[in-house]
Amino acid sequence: MSQSEDPYEDLKITTGAVVEPNTSRVNKTGSWRQFKPVIDAETCIACGQCDTFCPDQAAKPVEGEDFYAFDLDYCKGCGICEEVCPVDAIDMIREVK
Amino acid sequence: MAKAEQEPNPSGEQEVMKGTSAVAKGVMAADPDVISAYPITPQTGVVEKLSELVADGELDSEFIKVDSEFNAASTCIGASAAGARAFSATSSQGLKLMSEPLFTAAGMRLPIVMAVANRSLSAPLSIWADHTDAFAERDGGMLQFHAEDVQEAIDHVLMGFRVAEQVNLPVLSNFDGFILTHVQEPADIPSEEEVNEFLPPRDPAFTLDPSDPKTMGAYARPEHWTEARYEIQAAMMESKEVWAETVEEFKEVFGRDYTEYNGMIDTYHGDADYRLVALGSMCGTIRGVIDQYREQGVDVGLVRPRVHRPFPTEEIRKALGDAEAVGVLTKEMSPGYESALAGEIKGTLYHAENQPPIKSFVIGMAGRDITAAEIGAMIEETMEASGPMTFDEQESWPQLREELLQTGGDQ
Amino acid sequence: MSSDLQDQDYTEEVEHGEELWNPGHRACAGCGPALAMKYITEAAGENTIISQPTGCMEVVSTPYPESSWGTSYIHNIFENAASVASGIEAAYKSFDRRDPDHLDVEKEDDVNIIAVGGDGATADIGIRALSGMMERGHDVTYIMYDNEAYMNTGVQRSSQTPLGASTTTSPAGEVSIGNDTNKKDMASIAADHGVGYVATASISNPNDFKQKVEEALSRDGPKFLHVYSPCPVGWSYESSKTVELAELAVETGLFPVFEMEDGEITSVNKIRDRKPVREWLETQGRFKHLFKDEKGEQAIEELQEWIDDRAEDLGLDA
Repeated sequence: MSQSEDPYEDLKITTGAVVEPNTSRVNKTGSWRQFKPVIDAETCIACGQCDTFCPDQAAKPVEGEDFYAFDLDYCKGCGICEEVCPVDAIDMIREVK
Repeated sequence: MAKAEQEPNPSGEQEVMKGTSAVAKGVMAADPDVISAYPITPQTGVVEKLSELVADGELDSEFIKVDSEFNAASTCIGASAAGARAFSATSSQGLKLMSEPLFTAAGMRLPIVMAVANRSLSAPLSIWADHTDAFAERDGGMLQFHAEDVQEAIDHVLMGFRVAEQVNLPVLSNFDGFILTHVQEPADIPSEEEVNEFLPPRDPAFTLDPSDPKTMGAYARPEHWTEARYEIQAAMMESKEVWAETVEEFKEVFGRDYTEYNGMIDTYHGDADYRLVALGSMCGTIRGVIDQYREQGVDVGLVRPRVHRPFPTEEIRKALGDAEAVGVLTKEMSPGYESALAGEIKGTLYHAENQPPIKSFVIGMAGRDITAAEIGAMIEETMEASGPMTFDEQESWPQLREELLQTGGDQ
Repeated sequence: MSSDLQDQDYTEEVEHGEELWNPGHRACAGCGPALAMKYITEAAGENTIISQPTGCMEVVSTPYPESSWGTSYIHNIFENAASVASGIEAAYKSFDRRDPDHLDVEKEDDVNIIAVGGDGATADIGIRALSGMMERGHDVTYIMYDNEAYMNTGVQRSSQTPLGASTTTSPAGEVSIGNDTNKKDMASIAADHGVGYVATASISNPNDFKQKVEEALSRDGPKFLHVYSPCPVGWSYESSKTVELAELAVETGLFPVFEMEDGEITSVNKIRDRKPVREWLETQGRFKHLFKDEKGEQAIEELQEWIDDRAEDLGLDA
């Protein structure tokens, strides 16, 4: 997972309220979810369709493996990945928190 | 100090030219990267002259012939955000149309210089000069100056670039439409050499350069907005000091001395018993009338704010506090209340040690000539000011032609 | 087994790579325009300045002090993304020619200047600025992401709202079929301004869209792209269907995909067995009133006719 800088730490409002790039990562939208995607690693063919169609950059290749899985810090549970997976390797299950 | 006391400046070229051309040449000397141009009477001559200079290769700014003043301001915002020096000129309805983006330029801390040939706001439509357009933009976070003559119109624009780029705020450099745009007056046009000495290249606080990306124009939630806007207040207040340094530097380089009251106020017999307050070109006429009255033994003088925003609070208190009486002459009105300038002058003095009696006069709207006799009458009325006053007593419209009114003058 | 799945969490092991459109943005789950932002930044790369008007994407991506953008970015106001972009372009032209050394940061050559705005901000309130930009020939690519209404303010009708759609300012009612106008043809408007490259695309085909973005960026002068981006909340459909609906809109001819160069159509994504628009209308809550009565049925027919006419003009049917 990439490093994210926390813009709220020692926040001082800059001239013109200018914002540093790449600072939304501190906002973990995974908390929005009611359904979470789960991957069947065996079935996954690593085509990347889930990654292509995820609006939240939350479906990504797993390091050192041959399948894709999900960044649950950001996944909002929209279910697009389940729809676009050509081999039905993804299921949206109701999340029990 | 009196206009007559200014040293004639031998540097640069002395030329007799139309006010708008003079301002254009001043802008040329500042060498903006981007100029946005849209016509509106009586400012059009400024952008026309600039386009001539570009067409002849004398000025190599990017000249955008925009579709509206709204986009004149918007393109200046984009250019300024990218780190460029940006300029445009407008009047009246055009300034009103720019209002939305200009206010954001202050909030986004983008320096832009806008020369405003002051003209009344519709309705009814009018092409002639008054200050309603400038005053309508008062609360936007833009610096505002008012020029008395063509020389000041040029000089304020030059000084405006310097201050804008140091404090990162937009500047409205006001000069009266027709009265200063269409007259032919001799003026010193600054040379490129002098301007290079006075106006360094712009050093932006932040830009849109992709190699150091920033996000500009974020929206702010309640927990942050107040502080983000307080910044503008702080920058405005800081700009007084910057302006004071700027007029000193200007005097060094160009020889013209605007340093009285730290560049905020210009006076003529400013210690007189009775003092008139006014902005802009009408002060030329006022000086003449003051001379007349002084010859007859009346101790009257003029206090002319050069800078309207940031408001010269301490300077006004010093300049007016010990007057016997004050008369504020203004070319604007605020329907439902008294004129804005009168309110500001009185408000400034409210907490000061002394509160001289003050009368205000709404005159010269939409270019109506102000005669020496009318100024004389206002001086005399000012001399009579004392004690508590009703609303009708504290402000009047001396030029109101009651015979034209259906109601015969009654409200 | 199910508890295994509940526990499944590869968050720490997935590889994000370079992302110029960052997660953490506040777009709704399944947001079509958010996908468009991803594709635009992927195609354009980091040598890019984005000018964006007020709207969904601006609001979800830039709540101070957070930004989802990895590129240089400016938001000013609702109606001037095109003219802000024009000013940026003029500044860069000036820098290239006059080379002011005082800017310490290195300037890249041929910066991509892209304005990215919603349908309301572009086709309605921003059309003056857009027209000026196109007519003056600024080297800017304008990309309109189309979710067919003013979504950020709660689903109000825009000039891109289709016939029959219910919005809060064109609600379906006893005497109303919802919106009573067809989509204003922005591609033609752009082409008629002399814009050399105009293209439409759908987020259902990211490769096509990204190719068109790249094509636009490779050309000089103004370019206009119109990308169809469904909105689950505004259109009332289940969030997982965004890509499917973006595809269906194309398959019904409601959103034709084509390119125009110098005013002539040079490519059309032809449709084999074009689906009736009824199939599209059935999928979203914003159209459900059309199936209730006679006037709704008439509206469906009118919409179909409009689509058929355009399909003929464009040579859409294979």
